[in-house]
Amino acid sequence: MKLTENLAAQARQVGECVWEIAATAKPGMHVPARIYASEALLGQMDAGVFEQVTNVACLPGIVRAAYCMPDGHWGYGFPIGGVAAFRSESGVISPGGIGFDINCGMRVIRTGLTEDEVRPRLRELIAALFGSVPTGVGAKGFVRLTDAAFKKVMVEGAGWCVAQGYGWPEDLEHTEGRGCLPGADPAHVSARAMARGMEQLGTLGSGNHYLEIQVIRPGAIHDARAAKILGVEGPGQIFVMLHCGSRGFGHQIGTDYLRLFDEVMPRYGISVRDRELACAPFKSKEGRAYFGAMNAAANSAFANRQVITHRVREVFAKVFGKDARELGLFVVYDVCHNTAKLERHEVDGAPAELVVHRKGATRAFGPGAPDVPNDYREIGQPVIIGGSMETGSALLVGTAHAMEETWGSTAHGAGRTMSRTEAKRRVRGETLLKDMDARGIIVQAASKSGVAEEAGFAYKNLDSVVDVLDRAGLSRPVVSLTPIGNIKG
Amino acid sequence: MGRYRFLEDVALSDCALEIDGRDLSDLFETAAAALASIMVDPATLSITTEHEIVMAAAELDLLLYDWLSELIFRKDRDREIFPRAQVAVSGSGPYELRATVHGGVIDTERTALGADPKAVTFHQFTLQRVEEGWRARLVIDI
Repeated sequence: MKLTENLAAQARQVGECVWEIAATAKPGMHVPARIYASEALLGQMDAGVFEQVTNVACLPGIVRAAYCMPDGHWGYGFPIGGVAAFRSESGVISPGGIGFDINCGMRVIRTGLTEDEVRPRLRELIAALFGSVPTGVGAKGFVRLTDAAFKKVMVEGAGWCVAQGYGWPEDLEHTEGRGCLPGADPAHVSARAMARGMEQLGTLGSGNHYLEIQVIRPGAIHDARAAKILGVEGPGQIFVMLHCGSRGFGHQIGTDYLRLFDEVMPRYGISVRDRELACAPFKSKEGRAYFGAMNAAANSAFANRQVITHRVREVFAKVFGKDARELGLFVVYDVCHNTAKLERHEVDGAPAELVVHRKGATRAFGPGAPDVPNDYREIGQPVIIGGSMETGSALLVGTAHAMEETWGSTAHGAGRTMSRTEAKRRVRGETLLKDMDARGIIVQAASKSGVAEEAGFAYKNLDSVVDVLDRAGLSRPVVSLTPIGNIKG
Repeated sequence: MGRYRFLEDVALSDCALEIDGRDLSDLFETAAAALASIMVDPATLSITTEHEIVMAAAELDLLLYDWLSELIFRKDRDREIFPRAQVAVSGSGPYELRATVHGGVIDTERTALGADPKAVTFHQFTLQRVEEGWRARLVIDI
């Protein structure tokens, strides 16, 4: 693919933090491309973002616009931070608009502990978490599944875990879709996908996946009322954040169906500008099969985060000598950021059923919207934006404006600005670990080189991403969270 | 063995590679070595296992896609990494691959781990004949 360098120059400012590339910019575009960014963030986006978001605008059945969030960067197929909706009747579904790590997502757990209580035992806590939550290449989980049990995980998601004792019923209330997306169909999952994921339930993975101990610093609460509703008590409070997905199971389903769609696209008369955008009509046999398998993977990802939550509670209980309930380890929320979901939205004044693809993008439903937990209904759905292990993360809430403008979608992270190779060239993993330790951030990692790849300088400034989301009205900042400990693959 | 290099300006959070081989077999063997080097430091992996892999695909590039996907699959299913392979590619469509792969099981006490590849993507995926032999470009999702 030859990059069209001038696509970025064609981005015209249409709002305080909104840029539009007209549908005439590239042959085949059905809709314009819209990028949410400040001028500075737009300038940091690589040429691949503009190429990819305009490629998405060429897909059949796309509605209104192809969107890119402020954390957007060059991915494969869709840009990371990409959002696109297709009419379920006439549009497509594309694995490249979801990613191989189906339902990669974030979960935040609050605690009743303060930094003063945790800091003296932080090393012990991190070591115990590292020993209890498998990380890195080749890691195996502790849950032993039969084929039949695995198929139940695919259909029931986090609910299966709670039924097995790996969680509390109220965890489900605070999980997107109650931790179970409808339409999962194990019949469309290959034996290879099952073999690949069978032993990985409860594992973190590697790359940018992590489990982090975080604290609220003074001045980090931006919306006191919403914070209180989310269980935020005040500065010094400790939170646990985790970022992971469907592991090899989801990766194999992505691989299987990308390969299939690549083959069947000509049969449906579809051609795409990037082969990674291989797709099939949503209503086609192949489209429906992928949707069934993808939801199975999404549910396994919910189960994965649920099993890890169980392990986190076990570790905290052991280290602090109290029951996890006494320690206040309640799930604040769990969100997906790699999915395609069947949702109803208004299009040109009429309700429509859409297949909303979010790749490296989070659902951000506003106050009163469906699937927002009852206790959060007045503030909107919590949104978890994961930053780098050095700088911190953020909790926000969805808005009515996001519902109107981006199908209720927002960003998912800080977004990379540097390749993994360049990050490793700039710092050695061991050096960074020591440096972070000196700054009070204790990290244990399965891969030292992986630590260097995830250095804070490889990412955009999270505050600038959150600021754009706030100014664009896509999400409302509630609280910033600062890391003090981290385990990763 | 052929050569490979990482393309740093492509797909920032993933791993883009350009692989050169003097012939198709060399390219497929080099691609396997490149993939293994992403996952582990091969010097810290004991080479203790050997397997035969046979596969076929309608197109040559799909054969390469399937080959690397198979090695990623085995990383998760068996926890085995294969830094060395002898590969024979034959046919004129469909194409067949016969390989003997040499590797070992990840030993968390000894093996220096790298990244955990999720899949081979089709983004900018090419396999073409060049003056010196064959060249592939691909992006691996990390």
